[in-house]
Amino acid sequence: VRSLTIDQVAGGFFTAFSLLVLWEGRKIPFGFLAEPGPGAMPTLLACTLLICSLALIAGGRAGKRAAAIQWTEWRHAVFILGTCAFMALALERLGYRLTIFVALLVLVTILEKKSWIAGAIFAGCFSFGTHYLFNSLLQVPLPQGPFGL
Amino acid sequence: MIEILQNLSAGFATALSPDVLVYAFAGCLVGTLVGVLPGVGPLAGISLLLPVTFGLNATSAIVLLSGIYYGAMYGGSTTSILMRIPGEAASVMTCIDGYAMTQKGRGGAALAIAAVGSFVAGTLSIVGLMLLAPPLAEFALRFGPPEQFALLTLGLLVLAYMSSGPMTRSLTMAALGLLLGMVGMDTMTGLFRFDYGLAELGDGIGIVPVAVGLFGISEILLSAGQAIKSDVRSPRLRELLPNRQEWRESAAPIGRGTVLGFLIGILPGPGHIISSFVSYSVERRLSKHPERFGLGAVEGVAGPESANNSATSGALVPMLALGLPSGAVPAIMLAAMMIHGIAPGPLLIQEQPALFWGVIASMYVGNVVLLVLNLPLVGLFVNILRVPYSYLYPSLLAFATLGVYAVNNSVVDVWIMGGAGVVGYVLRKLDFEIAPIILGLVLAPMLELSFRQSLAMSAGSYGIFLTHPISAGMLLVAFVLLLLGMRSIFARAAEPGAFASLAPSAGPEQEGKS
Repeated sequence: VRSLTIDQVAGGFFTAFSLLVLWEGRKIPFGFLAEPGPGAMPTLLACTLLICSLALIAGGRAGKRAAAIQWTEWRHAVFILGTCAFMALALERLGYRLTIFVALLVLVTILEKKSWIAGAIFAGCFSFGTHYLFNSLLQVPLPQGPFGL
Repeated sequence: MIEILQNLSAGFATALSPDVLVYAFAGCLVGTLVGVLPGVGPLAGISLLLPVTFGLNATSAIVLLSGIYYGAMYGGSTTSILMRIPGEAASVMTCIDGYAMTQKGRGGAALAIAAVGSFVAGTLSIVGLMLLAPPLAEFALRFGPPEQFALLTLGLLVLAYMSSGPMTRSLTMAALGLLLGMVGMDTMTGLFRFDYGLAELGDGIGIVPVAVGLFGISEILLSAGQAIKSDVRSPRLRELLPNRQEWRESAAPIGRGTVLGFLIGILPGPGHIISSFVSYSVERRLSKHPERFGLGAVEGVAGPESANNSATSGALVPMLALGLPSGAVPAIMLAAMMIHGIAPGPLLIQEQPALFWGVIASMYVGNVVLLVLNLPLVGLFVNILRVPYSYLYPSLLAFATLGVYAVNNSVVDVWIMGGAGVVGYVLRKLDFEIAPIILGLVLAPMLELSFRQSLAMSAGSYGIFLTHPISAGMLLVAFVLLLLGMRSIFARAAEPGAFASLAPSAGPEQEGKS
């Protein structure tokens, strides 16, 4: 696996994805070639993706090795994605202000190692400030949490 | 011509109304900041700021986003010249001679030439946009479903052909975007596809969460944890005046950059980036002293800066006239128009004259605003780089979440944004160009509809695509591009050593020895 090139790895993934789409698309009526139904275009596109993926594998044999890619920022990336997931889960439960406050506080203090006071001031100003700007001034409805927060 | 002038004066009435003027100013200001900040290019900037436009009317929204787009082109030059940090990809060429001029003590003059070149190119290219878009839209009114299908196919293939990497990579990305566009209700039969019982997917995968995820979140993931150089140095106001020789040497490159940028900008692909590279090499080739390039030649600043600004207006020609985005930024602007209930396409100029001419006029105003803003406030903009990135990216993340949620009040969109962020991050690490994904996603419903309508018109005969001359011509060009792209694929596969990885001993060690 370590000797595979980027194009081979990506091509393999896209091949699997296009086969999955073809498998899932079989439930949608294809119609006929002369009178395509709702399943026709997804099938044609999945076939196009499959052909491109195979071409990627075939043409990418001399490219850069996938193992050579440096993922130095992966810890930050995972932490940030975790925060994203938290925001998606908490937004309608805790409300906008509380969710954003917690997310920013965690990012700034734990990931970026800033002081708790600076983090709390920043998170508070941002969450309450943007809530006021969007919810009150621009009339964009934002979710409310416990205690009207 | 008189009609154009009448329309333009009506456009100026819209653009100079206080509320639109405020948004043009705000767009230019924010765009300049976006351009100054390394890593936050116009694409990520517009994606992240798209939600701000939800509370606005369509004209104000497009004026704001256009301002951000060309403002970012202006702003990108500042850090390139003063600190050798390209704020966005189109400013890479400006770094070479711009920074060399700064080292010679002519940084202020380079900034002034860049600003004036950008102003001239921006203004002249808007004239081009104004003159070209209406007749092009009128011509496109003759387009039926077969021509529409051929145009969309050609657009995607030209983008794939013009992309920086191999064509197979771009085509794969475009196919992926088109497939994502198949999710949701089929417009002709009402059948739901790939929605897995999620009501939120009934209308399809939203363009906003995918765009914000692919461009904004992936940028945050890639740049988080990296230290950004903040050695800020800004020139004094009196240093901003170029001397007579610098003006003379810049005039022709500005003119050439304007024309080149506009023409390249019209074509699908990252026109603003390509045009700055092409302009630099043209200036170097035409110069009597090419050895000066890289050592502080003012032509190396004037040409590329004019070209990338001109390309932004060029990119708006197919978007406003045909409803065909030529790249990721116009695609996001098109999505913004659709969010505001504006149907893109050749009828846009006829049906929404206030929007079209208002945007055109606001671009003239915006260019003046940028010239006035950029030179005197250059010191202020450069100081933006002092904002620690450890505070900046959490703000961008929170802002992206807010905006994506606000589109439909749906957390499913926030999940899609996160998923698109991961996909964008991985694909960018693997050197894939992600712009075709968003273009595919935007164009997928139109492509499918025109394909099926064409076959309905011809009672199932595929000959309809070849019997209509415009459609046949466009498909022929698309086919030629595909053949050219395939030739390079076969050439790559046939390169010596292409099959080395299949050999039993092939691997990193083997590679290291060779």
